[in-house]
Amino acid sequence: MQPMIHARLKLAWKAFELNVDLQLPGRGISALFGHSGSGKTTCLRCLAGLERADEAYIEVNGVVWQDSRRQYFLPAHRRSIGYVFQEASLFTHLSVRSNLEFGQRRTPPRERKVAFEQACELLGIRHLLERQPDTLSGGERQRVGIARALLTSPQLLLMDEPLASLDVPRKREILPYLERLHDELEIPLVYVSHALDEVTRLADHLVIIEQGNVLASGALAPTLARIDLPLAQEEDAGVIIEGNVASYDPAYRLLSLHVPGTALHLRVTHAPLAIGDRLRLKVRARDVSLSLVENDHSSILNRLPVRVGQQRAADNDAHVLLSLDAGGTPLLARITRFSYDQLGIHEGQQLWAQIKSVALLG
Amino acid sequence: MPLDANDLAAIWLTFKLASLTTLILLIVGTPIAWWLARTRSWLRGPVGAIVALPLVLPPTVIGFYLLLAMGPNGLIGQATQALGLGTVVFSFSGLVIGSVIYSMPFVVQPLQNAFSAIGERPLEVAATLRAGPWDTFFSVVLPLAKPGFITASILGFAHTVGEFGVVLMIGGNIPDKTRVVSVQIYDHVEAMDYLQAHWLAGAMLVFSFVVLLALYASRREKPSWS
Amino acid sequence: MRMKAPRFVLAILAAAVTSSGAWANDVQVAVAANFTAPIQAIAKDFEKDTGHKVVTAFGATGQFYAQIKNGAPFEVFLAADDSTPAKLEAEGDTVKGSRFTYAIGTLALWSAKAGYVDAQGNVLKQNQFQHLAIANPKAAPYGLAATQVLQKLNLTDATRAKLVEGQNITQAYQFIATGNAELGFVALSQIYQDGKITSGSAWVVPAALHEPIRQDAVILAKGKDNPAAQALVDYLKGPKAAAVIAAYGYSR
Repeated sequence: MQPMIHARLKLAWKAFELNVDLQLPGRGISALFGHSGSGKTTCLRCLAGLERADEAYIEVNGVVWQDSRRQYFLPAHRRSIGYVFQEASLFTHLSVRSNLEFGQRRTPPRERKVAFEQACELLGIRHLLERQPDTLSGGERQRVGIARALLTSPQLLLMDEPLASLDVPRKREILPYLERLHDELEIPLVYVSHALDEVTRLADHLVIIEQGNVLASGALAPTLARIDLPLAQEEDAGVIIEGNVASYDPAYRLLSLHVPGTALHLRVTHAPLAIGDRLRLKVRARDVSLSLVENDHSSILNRLPVRVGQQRAADNDAHVLLSLDAGGTPLLARITRFSYDQLGIHEGQQLWAQIKSVALLG
Repeated sequence: MPLDANDLAAIWLTFKLASLTTLILLIVGTPIAWWLARTRSWLRGPVGAIVALPLVLPPTVIGFYLLLAMGPNGLIGQATQALGLGTVVFSFSGLVIGSVIYSMPFVVQPLQNAFSAIGERPLEVAATLRAGPWDTFFSVVLPLAKPGFITASILGFAHTVGEFGVVLMIGGNIPDKTRVVSVQIYDHVEAMDYLQAHWLAGAMLVFSFVVLLALYASRREKPSWS
Repeated sequence: MRMKAPRFVLAILAAAVTSSGAWANDVQVAVAANFTAPIQAIAKDFEKDTGHKVVTAFGATGQFYAQIKNGAPFEVFLAADDSTPAKLEAEGDTVKGSRFTYAIGTLALWSAKAGYVDAQGNVLKQNQFQHLAIANPKAAPYGLAATQVLQKLNLTDATRAKLVEGQNITQAYQFIATGNAELGFVALSQIYQDGKITSGSAWVVPAALHEPIRQDAVILAKGKDNPAAQALVDYLKGPKAAAVIAAYGYSR
């Protein structure tokens, strides 16, 4: 696929250097993931024009925003972006309505694609319009901030850890709205985060940034399944599987999910969902165990035939990380070195994977 | 009426001087304050110090240097003469120039503080919402800095009303042109005309008190929050 | 060094005590600003001849009046006029009978530019100037005398719009010295030393054109019991002081 967002950025500050070449898809959510200080926010600010990299080439949907070789720099207010800051940063001298209208009014009418009503509806803020920002909760403020950014009908939506300043209940409050954005709008979104759970839940494309460099960049599922990345070593490491609801058994409240293009079916208990609904599941590496034969006498719901791929030492001597192929769907498994040796596991071997639990990400 | 025609003329002149000075200072002081609040240039220190000088210098020192500078051999004097304006010492325009310099820190510093308090974020937000720099200044910075502008106006006006040393040095005590209230009071005292001095000084005292009261009241009304 | 420290402290203490307390042979004098230079010369001689010490404060006569009425510690007052000492005397703030005229001021029309003021003062009638500086006639005797001169010469109306007032004679001098006023009336003592004009050009205004500018001195109530106060007044009346006073352009 031809990348729609291309950003080559190089800058050097006192104790920090950034040198990245980002190629992001022109649709869906691209997550810039990394620890604090890795440079992901700086990338975002460069994209927005809030920061000016020493050497930069930025092109979005075929329009050049910055080219340092030609001394060209499109200032932030001329870039078609919507930016959501970590703190909502609403204008305290304006009502919620005036905050929302601020950007919309400054967008030429023929470029206005997001209607005021639509944005209010999408973020559920219609009842807040006449309030002053200081009377809103943190979550409400952030929703207004997102709607305000949307109302400039941007070609590119940028979010800098929009959930980082919120507590867990507020995060839960906002996440569904972000998913709706993803599903209902065609605006590409670059999302900066250091929280793996947000990224796995929202992103389509993942860029891992470390110390000012791009460590990996690719579609979310295959990137998460790479055992050569430090991400695979994390406590929470695992893969993402996306599929459609194939059937539902109300007697057992059991939902069967089919991964398109494969023979893979996964089962999970859940409230009823319509057949065909798209779902995202997370399978953690530590929840996958391996067996030489299919074990019919187990309570475990999901047992899949897999082929062993590469192996890699885990962060401690006692464990081994394995990459598995379940009929075209990559999986990660984290097992003890003892079992690895006992079972004589080797690359190319056919085994049975037992998935102890599956997390539904919505 | 305890205040005679001369006193009233002095009061009117003082009001005119303070109003005009405040207006000019708001226009001139805003960009200076903005620059001081945001620049990273090494010039920030020196410029800030120059603006603050009238805070520490005795007004007579400022007045004396202005007398030299605006005189026929001074820099300002040479400039005004070259422009065909003659010299501005002993004129209302001279007083305005002197007052602008003398009251500068009282306008620039509250504005600078207000601008600094706003911080970078609202400006960045405005830029991402497609507002250009001027647009941002008028639709975001000005409203957010409103308390600073109120403080600056009140302080600039009041400080000019209370100006004495500078006017004494460059005014020449000309009725309707340079004889402001503070000089008129001094005149009365010098002439041992204490009753008249009392009336005028009392009026000034009440005025200053009311102004400061208004200032503090306006500050209490709007507690700041971020 | 360590041995010297206590003595050093003692010396500071002693200095503090002597300067703050009014010792019998100190005399605190309030002096009109125009008499600054002559009194410094006279005080030097006086201290050498008598061993007393003169502590001087210079300022405007009107201000001194207000300060004296409000308890200022002055013992002798050398005013710029004769009315203020008379007023203090009438109000009982002086030593009775101590008032006398120590100098009569001479008025001069002066310009910082050489050759600008002619020896007859015709420059006034030609009226070619922008600003004519005078001292505030309400407060300063030299200012009052200047307005009397203008009146005598029938120039009051012609110069009215050109008058700029200094609050005192020092400020009038400043206006002229900096060139902001082309000319003005000052005390001859300000521009006169050793029998000649020190700079610029001047017309010594004939005494007949204005009331005499009598500068009176008086011993204040606070100096009643201070022998140094009486000694200073006596010295001012003597021939040595008279010579100094004349050298600065005052008459007697």
